[in-house]
Formats: sequence, C-alpha cells, structure tokens
Amino acid sequence: MGLTGGDVLTTCVDFINTLAPCLVRAGWHGDIANLLSLLLGVVIVATVPLLTVILLIWIERKFAARIQDRIGPNRVGPYGLLQSLADALKMLTKEDITPTGADRVLFNLAPIITFATVVLIWAIIPFTPLHIGADLSIGILYFVAVGSIGAVKVMIGGWSSNNKYALLGAFRTIALIVSYEVPMILALLVPVLMAGSMGMQDLTHAQGGMWFIVMSPLAAIIFFIANLAETGRSPFDLLEAESELIAGYHIEYSGFKFGMFMAGEFMQVFTVAVLTAVLFLGGWWGPFVDQVPALGFIWLGLKTAVVYLFMLLIRNTVPRFRIDQVMNINWKFMVPLSIVLILLQSFLLRLVDVLGLRPAPELANDLLANLPQTLVLLAGNLVLGAIFLLLLQRHGRTLRKADEALAAVREPAPAGGMAEA
Amino acid sequence: MIELNAQTIAFAILSALILGGGLGVVTTRNLVHGALWLILSLLGVAGYFVLLSAPFLAAVQVLVYIGAIAILIVFAVMLTRSMTSLGEVRNRQWWISAITVVLLFLLLAVGIILPVWGRGAPGDVTTLSATVGGAVELGEALVAGDGFVLPFEVASILLTAAMIGAIVVARDEEDGQA
Amino acid sequence: METLNEWAFVGVFFAIAWVFPALPIIGAWLVRPKKPNALKKQTYESGVETVGDTWVQFRVQYYIYGLVFLIFDVEMIFLFPWAVAYERLDWFAYGAGFLFIFLLTDALIYAWRKRALEWV
Repeated sequence: MGLTGGDVLTTCVDFINTLAPCLVRAGWHGDIANLLSLLLGVVIVATVPLLTVILLIWIERKFAARIQDRIGPNRVGPYGLLQSLADALKMLTKEDITPTGADRVLFNLAPIITFATVVLIWAIIPFTPLHIGADLSIGILYFVAVGSIGAVKVMIGGWSSNNKYALLGAFRTIALIVSYEVPMILALLVPVLMAGSMGMQDLTHAQGGMWFIVMSPLAAIIFFIANLAETGRSPFDLLEAESELIAGYHIEYSGFKFGMFMAGEFMQVFTVAVLTAVLFLGGWWGPFVDQVPALGFIWLGLKTAVVYLFMLLIRNTVPRFRIDQVMNINWKFMVPLSIVLILLQSFLLRLVDVLGLRPAPELANDLLANLPQTLVLLAGNLVLGAIFLLLLQRHGRTLRKADEALAAVREPAPAGGMAEA
Repeated sequence: MIELNAQTIAFAILSALILGGGLGVVTTRNLVHGALWLILSLLGVAGYFVLLSAPFLAAVQVLVYIGAIAILIVFAVMLTRSMTSLGEVRNRQWWISAITVVLLFLLLAVGIILPVWGRGAPGDVTTLSATVGGAVELGEALVAGDGFVLPFEVASILLTAAMIGAIVVARDEEDGQA
Repeated sequence: METLNEWAFVGVFFAIAWVFPALPIIGAWLVRPKKPNALKKQTYESGVETVGDTWVQFRVQYYIYGLVFLIFDVEMIFLFPWAVAYERLDWFAYGAGFLFIFLLTDALIYAWRKRALEWV
C-alpha cells in the first residue's frame, strides 16, 4: 500500500490503495480498517473479470457468428447485448439433475472450484503501475501453482459424475493439461531470466524499453500455444470431442453448474489473454502512463483485446487435432524447443552483458538504448525458430512418404485396377 | 504467551485444515476421497510456508504436491482395478500399524520439541529474518562455486535416474513382449 | 511485514473466491424446479444402458505421462531461482545451469527413445 503521508484529503483521493490509512484517520480501529480495505480490494479485483466475462460471451458469440456467416445474438437488448443476462436467468430456472450414483458433495464442488481457481489468478494481475491485488515476490509462480489446481478440478468433475465418458474425458484432459504445463513453465522462465524477478510488477517494469515479445518471440508463442491447450479450446478441444467422448468431463452437469463450467472457461481464456499481455506485450506500459498511471488500465485492456481476438480467430478457424497428435506436438516439438530456447536465451543474455550492449540502468526504459540487445536476442530467436520449423518440415515429409508407401502396399495399382474392373 | 493477531488466526485456520485433511485421509474408505483430503492438508502446509516468509516453498508445495503428486496418486488408484473403494478398513495387522504410528509420532514429537524447548535450546525462536527463502538468495546459493552447485547438479542426475527408473518399471511388460 | 500484508490479500481472496460461484448455484437451488425421477437421473452414455462399474481400470500410459510431468515439474522449479539470480551471476552460473538443463534433456531423450511419450 504504497503512498504515505499527506493530509486526509490527499490520502483519501486514491481510495483503492489508501483506504486503510484513510479510515484510521477518520477514527477507525487499525485492524478493522485493514480488513475492510483488504475486503474491498478483493471484491474489486474479483469483480473486474466477472463483469468483463458477461460482455465477452457476447463478443465471442458475435465473432463466431460473423466467421460462420450468421448474425449471432440480436434479440435481447440493443445488438443482443443482454443475451448473456437472459441466458443466466434461463440457467437459474432450469432443473438441475444429479445422476444416480454420483458423488454428491464432489459433484457440487467441482464447478465451484473451476470458477474459483480462475478468479484467484486475478490477485496478481497488475492493472496499472499503482494498482495490483498483491504484488507477490513469486508472482508468476503463484499463477503456475494456482493453474496446476486445474487438473484437480477436472478430476473431481469427471470422477464424481459416475459416467464412463466423463471419467475418460477427465483423464484425457488431465493428461493434456499436465503435458502442456511443461512448455508453459519453461517459456515463463524466459521473461524471468530477462527481468531478474518473478514479481508481476517487476516483470512489467522490465518491459519499459522493449516488450518481451520482441526480445523473445519464441517464448511468447510457446506460452500462447500452451495456454491455448490448457484452456481446452479448439484446436485442443479434445475433451469435447462429441463423436467419441460426448462432451468431456462435464457431460452430466446441467443448469447453473454447467453454466459455471462454461463461465469458468470463458474467464480462463480472458485471464490467459491478460497474462500474455502483461508478460509479453508490456502490460500497462503505453504513452503518458508516467504522468497518469490510471491510463495503464486502458493500455492493458487494449493489448488484452488484441490477444483475446486472436484467440477467438484461432478457435473459430482451426480444426481439431487428434489426441496422439496433440501429445506429439507437445513432447516432441514444444518441450525440446523450449529447452533449447532457455539455453540460447540465457547464453545470449550473458553475451549481451559481456559485449556491453545492455543499456545502463538509467536508460533502461529508453527504446534506442534497448535496440542493440533486442536485435541480438531477436536474431537468435528467429534463427532457432527457423531451424525447428525446417526440422518439422523434414519430419512431415518423411511421414507423408511413409504414408504414401503404406497406401501403395495396400492398394497396389488403384488406377489400373479400376480399368480392369 | 500467544498473542491474538492476524498471524495466529491464520495459523489456527491452517492447522485446522491440515489436521482435518489428515483425519479425512485416514478415515475415508474411498481412495479418491483420500487423495482429495490429502490435497486439502497439503494446501494448509503451503499456507504454513507463507507464514514462515518462504513463499517460494509454498508455491513449490502447491505445484509439486497438489499439481503433480496428488494427480499421480489418483492415476495410480485408477490403474489398480477395484481399488477405488475399500470394503474393509481394519485387517489383522491393524494393531502393528497402530503401534508403529504411535512410536513414530513420539519420535517426531521428541525430535521437534527437544531442540526448540529442551536444555541448551535458544529460548527465542521467533527471530526469522524477512529474507528467508528469497528466490534470489536461493538462486545465488544454488549455482555459486562455493555454494551448493554440486547438490544442484546431483539433484538433476537424481531426477534423470528417477525418470529412467519410472519408465523401466512402468513399461516393463511391453519391453518383455517385444 | 509488507510481503505478509500482500499475502493477507491472497488469503482473503482464497476465503472469498468460493463465494462468487457458490452464490448463483445456491440461488439456482432455491428457484429451480425439482422433479427428479429414475429415468431422468440415468447417466448419459450416448443413449446406451450403462454396463458395469464406472470406475474402470485405466491404461498405464496416463501414469507415465504423470511421472514424466512430475520429474519435469521438479526440475523446472529448481530453474526458477537460477533464472531470478541470473543477472547477478557469472559464466560459471551459466555452465551450472547448462549442465542442469543438459541432464534434463537426457531424461527427455531417454523417454523419447523408449517410446514412453507415445500415445498408444
């Protein structure tokens, strides 16, 4: 709670950060004032994603509709803006069925955990230079830790439903989530290497001169893809493979409990977009943010919107992978790539240091001073990316040749055979 | 005396979580429920680490124990057929395990109490520095030549060996058939 | 104390985060119709009658993925302090980190060669 000193008036202007001292001055007991300011902070931080997600569902449906040459929701409210509220009301009054033999307590617990774990991540999102829920020293690890509870919620949901398809879907999803956590965490090491800290505000401050997406595009791409897989959306929506698993681990859920799973998914996508913006697109950095810190909220929102729309575009245009393909992409492409990337990035950073290309501390936020080291890092990333893409291309060619050879063995001469018949 | 402030309240809540979770683990007949109670208990331990100003260890606790080991336990339960629920809680050896557990508990209790409150122990043990468990100090200590660089590398070898062992054990049959 | 204050926020967050999803679910429980019957409560398995126990035996492959993940997880945890302190360290630290990651790669190559990463 950064600001100190000044009279009551100046203390109480920025009330989000300084509610506690402000209340103490007004004659409240210190502990109660502290608790109240904590509660207010929590409610504010948690409400931001909750309110946004109502709007996001509308945006997502409109976006998908445009891609599929439809109009999308347009009945409730202007441009169908109130559609989500109508849906919420509908779900509220729907009958909710708990299947026979389900584990009642766990069955009800799963949707709650799903939603809560996503909300919890928002505690460490830096909205502006001054406003952050909790600027933990282990910030980014907090995200990884809370995210890893994701596998538990899937397990509870799938296991408690007493449905074979739900259980199978849950196990597949867990295998997927757990596998993609490896390249995700490895990719997160790169910003930590460059910023020398795990705190979210430190990570954002370190991008004053240059965004991390320019200094290490590969890390940004790996992080983005891995998170796409973690959210379980197309092209990684294997848990919802209708033709084989019906609907994944939440088949048996109906009414608002299903709604919680859906809202949790929407919110997770949004949260991932925000995190990508914070970690790689400079977070709240933008013009005039030094003078008016509150502007940072708008810059962060704009960057998040770009990432979010890109995720929607991918979701609506890319076909679904097979489960074995998904696992192969992860373990045989993304994991090796991210391991080599860390070795390369740490080597280049040390090299930049030795060559004296790193900007002086007082010039850290200067674009020109950052250019030399950025160019070195960018070049290294591009070369590495090119090498891995070439390897992938070669591997793809061998696979195709093997497939063709196999097909030739099965049907010796398709054209000739047809002619004889 | 114990003074009543936010830290002691948090400590009480976390202790209740840990003990309640532990009690759940040993009383439930359902192995998956047991794993979930274990998760609750481990979450409380992560909270302890935070109270001890070691947030890095708290994150490790959640990441490794809840995110990986608890999941592994459930996978293991699902691997073994008809193990999801145990019909019989007590068997003929129950008294042997009871005695072993009591002895272990006494041993641990003595081992913890003596160095803290016994003869020659420092009376005041609440002097933890604020930087305990700081990630920077940990990192410097891990890779400095005069620090713990050897254990650091040995840990890597150990993990590699663990991976090889795990794969050999888990895929044993298929290799035999091939 | 500053950091513990930050963690107090996280603690309160953990205590309150459950309320947001629990409220609408309890609300729905109050207003929704409740007319269950045996047919409605059947599990949906593509319209086919459920056969046998749900909690069936699973393949070992899931367990292997879990094991590989666990080992990578622990390795990556070790790398975070290294990455944080990296700026202040020298070439020796780079060598130490390189060796550590190299051994990690060894484990990955072994798993790859033993076909432990295949989805069978």
